[in-house]
Amino acid sequence: MIWTYRTAVSIALIAALFVINWALDAFVIEYVVRIILQCGINAILAVGLNLINGTTGQFSLGHAGFMAVGAYATAFAVIHLESGLGFSASNIPAPWMQGLLLSVGLLFGALFAGLAGLLVGAPSLRLRGDYLAIVTLGFAEIIRLIFTNTEALGGATGYSGGRPLGLPVYTNFFWVFLWAILLITLIGNFTFSSYGRALRAIREDEIATEALGINTTRMKVLASVISAAAVGVAGGLFAHLMGTIRPDDFKMDRSVAMIVMILIGGLGSVSGAIIGAIFVAVTLEAMRDIQQYRLLAYSLLLIGLMIARPQGLLGSRELRLPAFLRRKRGGAA
Amino acid sequence: MSTFLQQLVNGLSVGSIYALIALGYTMVYGTLGLINFAHGEVFMIGCYIGLYAAFWLGYETLSAASFSPMSATLVLLLAMAGAAIVGMLIERFAYRPLRGAPRLAPLITAIGVSLLLQNIAVLAFSANPRSFPSIITEHRLEFAGVTITNIKIFIFAVSILLMLALEFFVKKTWTGRAMRAISVNLPAAKLMGVPADRVISLTFAIGSALAAAGGILFGLDQTKLEPLMGNMIGLKAFIAAVLGGIGNIRGAAIGGLLIGIAELMTAGYISSDYRDAITFVILIVILLVRPQGLLGVVRQEKV
Repeated sequence: MIWTYRTAVSIALIAALFVINWALDAFVIEYVVRIILQCGINAILAVGLNLINGTTGQFSLGHAGFMAVGAYATAFAVIHLESGLGFSASNIPAPWMQGLLLSVGLLFGALFAGLAGLLVGAPSLRLRGDYLAIVTLGFAEIIRLIFTNTEALGGATGYSGGRPLGLPVYTNFFWVFLWAILLITLIGNFTFSSYGRALRAIREDEIATEALGINTTRMKVLASVISAAAVGVAGGLFAHLMGTIRPDDFKMDRSVAMIVMILIGGLGSVSGAIIGAIFVAVTLEAMRDIQQYRLLAYSLLLIGLMIARPQGLLGSRELRLPAFLRRKRGGAA
Repeated sequence: MSTFLQQLVNGLSVGSIYALIALGYTMVYGTLGLINFAHGEVFMIGCYIGLYAAFWLGYETLSAASFSPMSATLVLLLAMAGAAIVGMLIERFAYRPLRGAPRLAPLITAIGVSLLLQNIAVLAFSANPRSFPSIITEHRLEFAGVTITNIKIFIFAVSILLMLALEFFVKKTWTGRAMRAISVNLPAAKLMGVPADRVISLTFAIGSALAAAGGILFGLDQTKLEPLMGNMIGLKAFIAAVLGGIGNIRGAAIGGLLIGIAELMTAGYISSDYRDAITFVILIVILLVRPQGLLGVVRQEKV
């Protein structure tokens, strides 16, 4: 019974995404579509980062590094898959094939970013608070410098797969939001499972959690890997939206932008992270004409927020569906 | 061998600048337990104040050779005073409202202040790089195949002098003792009649003045300044403080010199592309192997 209900919802969602994708292509100007896509990518970034920074309370300042790994791995995989399958500028894959190629690439992106999350997380998550922030920042800088100095990946000028027109632009509404819904559901379920409770316990009191028999290091590394993999997927979608990726796209201000998203919504709240992500994407566009004041506004917002409402808009509460919609899910809640 | 000595000399001069900046990080961390991310920006602002002070003192109309040592000293002092005021303002308006808040809030605020100062600097000084006035005429000395300039000697001497002065201040004066009392236990220090807010404010002032001195020396050495330069240099100085043992003043000095030498050795023997990376590698290694730093003491966590 529950199974068929879920299947029906999934099919309806995919159909809705498909229709909206078609409608956006047909009726809405590209500029607006781009902002909507940016909202979706930001939502993945924010929900991913929130898992480690908000839910687990382990403050990472280096998620731009994982985003970079995901972006490069996805782009590399897509380019090599394409040439392996015989596609080229004169033999463009069909739309469904483009999405499939992108998705396979994103799996690679998630895999490599997750590995990076493991490599960075395993040693550094033993540290606490501000030390952790600095180490993750250090790792992100090292990742950026490695990409800058790897000529096979384009070095400082960036990676475009050796193509004059750049990376193929395969990111569209359907695939961004399919991946966003998938990842947000996954991370949401994880957050509200017994694992998520353990992570929140670590945030509140690590020593007490350990005394309860939870392997805190293992839990923190697990959260770090999932978080990095999700951010890696967002990086891959970003790469195939922008058409080219440069190491400088993934500097510290990228990490700070992600932190702004989760701070606005409320650290530890999945729905808050999504609200923050949309807020950042929309205000960034709204301030395009006064670009030089953009970061100024952000920094004032950050300081004001910390002084006036450090817990963010929602705190660690969640916005839920209205009760009459929720009840039908049966045992799911 | 001459490469080694040359890189050693250059490393010591760069390192002593890092050391001066690292002192500010370590003092603030010692008293408040806060990584003052905005400290690198105070260094940058100090450097710009020095630039404007030099022009105000008539640098443009005089030739570099006739810019008197008096005026050069005045540039240094003005920059230090200006930065001290900036540091105190930051403490008063951004950090003091958050005293007693959970640990993460001041850290995020510090990132915010750092961004704020960077962007104010871009608007006020323009994003284009400026060249720092050569208020001291450069002389070159050749010595066993190693080139040493009077500027490098000056940088090293001024840094050592300032560090000794700070050491004296912290160890021998009443206010210095108050600072150490606060770093051991803030509530207890307050109960003993230490005016904590005033002493913390003074800590920021001294740290910022030292950063500004570092800024002037950096300007003399590199002759190029831009609004975003505080970011990377601040980070390296912070790493120097961690390497030496954060909260420990001698540690910051040693850490700064070691980072400077490591950086220039990497540039000389491996590749200057990895000059920045080595600092972060040092950071990661030190935090994993000896998180309390070279001279730090382990603080047992209490349940």
